[in-house]
Amino acid sequence: MHDPKRTLITGPAVAVRGHDIDTDRIIPARYLKCVVFDGLGAHAFADDRAQVRAAGGTHPFDDPRHAEARILLVSRNFGCGSSREHAPAAIMRWGRGIQAIVGESFAEIFFGNCVANGIPCVTAEAADVTRLMDLVEREPATPVTVDLTTLRASAGSLVVPVRMPEGPRRQLVEGRWDSTADLLEGRDAIARTALRLPYFSGWA
Amino acid sequence: MGQTLYDKVFDAHTVRRLPSGQYQVLMGLHLIHEVTSPQAFSMLRERGLRVLYPERTFATVDHIIPTHSQARPLTDAQAEEMLQHLERNVEEFGIRYFAPSRGEQGIVHVIGPERGLTQPGMTICCGDSHTSTHGAFGAIAFGIGTSQVRDVLATQCLALDRLRVRRIEVNGALRPGVYAKDVILWIINRLGVHGGVGYAYEYAGEVLDRFSLEERMTVCNMSIEGGARCGYVNPDATTYAYLRDRDFAPAGAAWDQAVRWWESIRSDAGAAYADVVTMRGEDIEPVVTWGITPGQSTPIGLPLPAPASFPESERALVDEAYRYMQLEPGKPVKGARIDVAFIGSCTNGRLSDFEEVARHIRGRRFRVAPHVTAMVVPGSQQVRHEMVRRGLDQVFREAGFDVREAGCSMCLAMNPDRLEGSQLCASSSNRNFKGRQGSPTGRTLLMSPVMVAAAAIAGEVADAREVFGITGTTVT
Repeated sequence: MHDPKRTLITGPAVAVRGHDIDTDRIIPARYLKCVVFDGLGAHAFADDRAQVRAAGGTHPFDDPRHAEARILLVSRNFGCGSSREHAPAAIMRWGRGIQAIVGESFAEIFFGNCVANGIPCVTAEAADVTRLMDLVEREPATPVTVDLTTLRASAGSLVVPVRMPEGPRRQLVEGRWDSTADLLEGRDAIARTALRLPYFSGWA
Repeated sequence: MGQTLYDKVFDAHTVRRLPSGQYQVLMGLHLIHEVTSPQAFSMLRERGLRVLYPERTFATVDHIIPTHSQARPLTDAQAEEMLQHLERNVEEFGIRYFAPSRGEQGIVHVIGPERGLTQPGMTICCGDSHTSTHGAFGAIAFGIGTSQVRDVLATQCLALDRLRVRRIEVNGALRPGVYAKDVILWIINRLGVHGGVGYAYEYAGEVLDRFSLEERMTVCNMSIEGGARCGYVNPDATTYAYLRDRDFAPAGAAWDQAVRWWESIRSDAGAAYADVVTMRGEDIEPVVTWGITPGQSTPIGLPLPAPASFPESERALVDEAYRYMQLEPGKPVKGARIDVAFIGSCTNGRLSDFEEVARHIRGRRFRVAPHVTAMVVPGSQQVRHEMVRRGLDQVFREAGFDVREAGCSMCLAMNPDRLEGSQLCASSSNRNFKGRQGSPTGRTLLMSPVMVAAAAIAGEVADAREVFGITGTTVT
C-alpha cells in the first residue's frame, strides 16, 4: 500500500447485504471513545455480528471463508448517518483490510471518507451487485477485481460495469487522494479568495 | 438565468479547480469537537503543519460530556482522556474553545448559532453530519470526516464536487400540534433516506417563511437523514433579527453592510433548480418513526404499514425493522408502551423546544408515568441558563422530568446516558438506527418534543393533541 496509486484492486470478497446500513452499525458509538483509529478493525459491525451470533448464525465478517477478504460488497446507501471516519477506518483495519467497496450506492460523507483513505467506493446496477454477491457467497475464494481504469468489476467469468465520479476516481488513480498537499499548493489563491469575501476581512 | 444561494456561495468561496477536476473551496467557519478532531491534530503534527486560520475554527465538547455532572476529572477515564486531548490541541494551535468551566459549552450546532458565529452566505463545516443545521441561516453547511478536518485546519479548504439543488416548498400552514420536526420527518418519509444523495436541499414556502430560526434549524438539521449533505433556507428578516447583537455577529456600520451582502446571496427569483418538490402544510400530521431508518415513519393516527405496501427492494429492510422494533404491521404505533423519554439533541434541544413543551405542561398537574424515565437535556449551558432564568426547569421537574446538564446525551449515548436492553425510547433526536441510543438492542421512536412529552406522561406513544388538548384553528 506504499504506492498511493489505486488502479486495480484484487482479492477475495465479502458481501454484507442490506439497504441503508448506517455508520452506527459499522462502528457503534462506544468505540469512538479513542484518540487514534488503531484497533477499530476488531469492532467493525460489532453489534450486528453479536446479534447474528446470538441468533445462531454467522455474520459475513465472522465467516472464516471470508477472512482473507479485500473487497467488500454492499447494497444501497451504505454508510449513511454519522460522518464518523471511524467507519472506513474500522473496515480498512478489519481482517486483512478492505481495500475497495462495490455497492448499489453510498452515502456521500462515507464515500468521501473512504476516498480520503485511498479506498474506492464504486457503484453498480443492483442486479450486478446481487450477481457478484451470489458468486462470492458461493465461491468465497474467487477473487474479485475492481479496475478503476476500465471501470469494471469482475469475478471469474462475471464482468460488470461500475461507476465512480470522475474527480475522486482521478484522485485515486493518480495517487492524489490525500488532498492536503494539493490544497496547500493553492495557498496564494486561498488568500486572494479570503480577501474577496466581505466577512473574512471584517466587513471592511 | 438566476442563481441559487448554493451556487452563489459555492462560487464566492471557490479558490480554484483542482487537478482532479474538483473544486477547492474556502471554509468560512470550522467547528470542532472532541470525537472527530484528535486524529486530525495528530496528522497535522506528523506533517509539521500549522492551522492556517486559527481564528476561523471554534471548539467545544459535546458528545462525551456527562449530563449528571460536568465535574473534572470526568468519571469515564476514556472521556476524560478525549477531553484532555481537545484542551491540549486548542491550546497548542491557538483555537478558541467554548469550555464548560466558562458556561459556554454546548452541542456544537447549538452554540454556533447562539454565539452568532453561524451567518448567512458562509461555508461551514464540522466533523459531524448534523452540521447541516447551520443551513437555517442561509449558509452552505455540511459534515465532514476527520481527514477533511485535517484539510480544513491546514488549508481552510476542502476538495469538493458541486451538488445539485432541490427546492422543497412547504406551502400553506401547519395545523396546531404539528411542528418543524414533523415537517422534516414528513419530507424524509416522502423523499426517502437516500433521496437527497447528490443534492443540497433548499427549503422554502410559506411554512418555512413563517418558521422561527430555531424551527428552520430543526428542519435543516435532519437534511442528512434524507441523504442530503446540506440543506438551507434563504436568509430573511427572521434571520437578521435572530443574529442582531449576538457576540460574533457584525455590529455598527458592518451590520448594514453584512445585511446587504446577505440579501445579495439569496436565491434569485428565476433560479434554476435540478428539481422542485412541493407539499402542503395542512397535509402534515404529527409523525412517529416505527423502524430503524428515519424514513420508516407514520402519521400518529394511522396503522403501521403492511410490508406488501413497500416496493420489493424495500421489504427485507421493512421486515428487519419490524423484527428489531418488536412492532406489528397493521397495528397503531399509538399505545406502544415506552420506557424512556428523551428531549434534547441538536435537532430539538433549543430554548424554543423546551418553551413549547413547558407551555403545555405548566400548571396542569401532568406527571411523567411511573414506569418512564424522562430526561430533558438542554443543547447548551446557555440554553440551560435561560431555562432556569425563566423557571422552565421547575416546570419540568414538577412534572417528573429529570433536567440535566448540556450535551449530546442520549442522542448517541457516548456519555453515561443510554438505553438498557431493548428499552423503547420516545426521542426528540434524529436517528433511530439500531443500537443508536447505546444499547445494541435499544429501540428508538423519533418524534417532536411535544410528542415525547405526551408519551412520557401517557406512558405510551400518544397523540399530543389529545393529551394536551391542542386545538384551535390553522395558523395563517
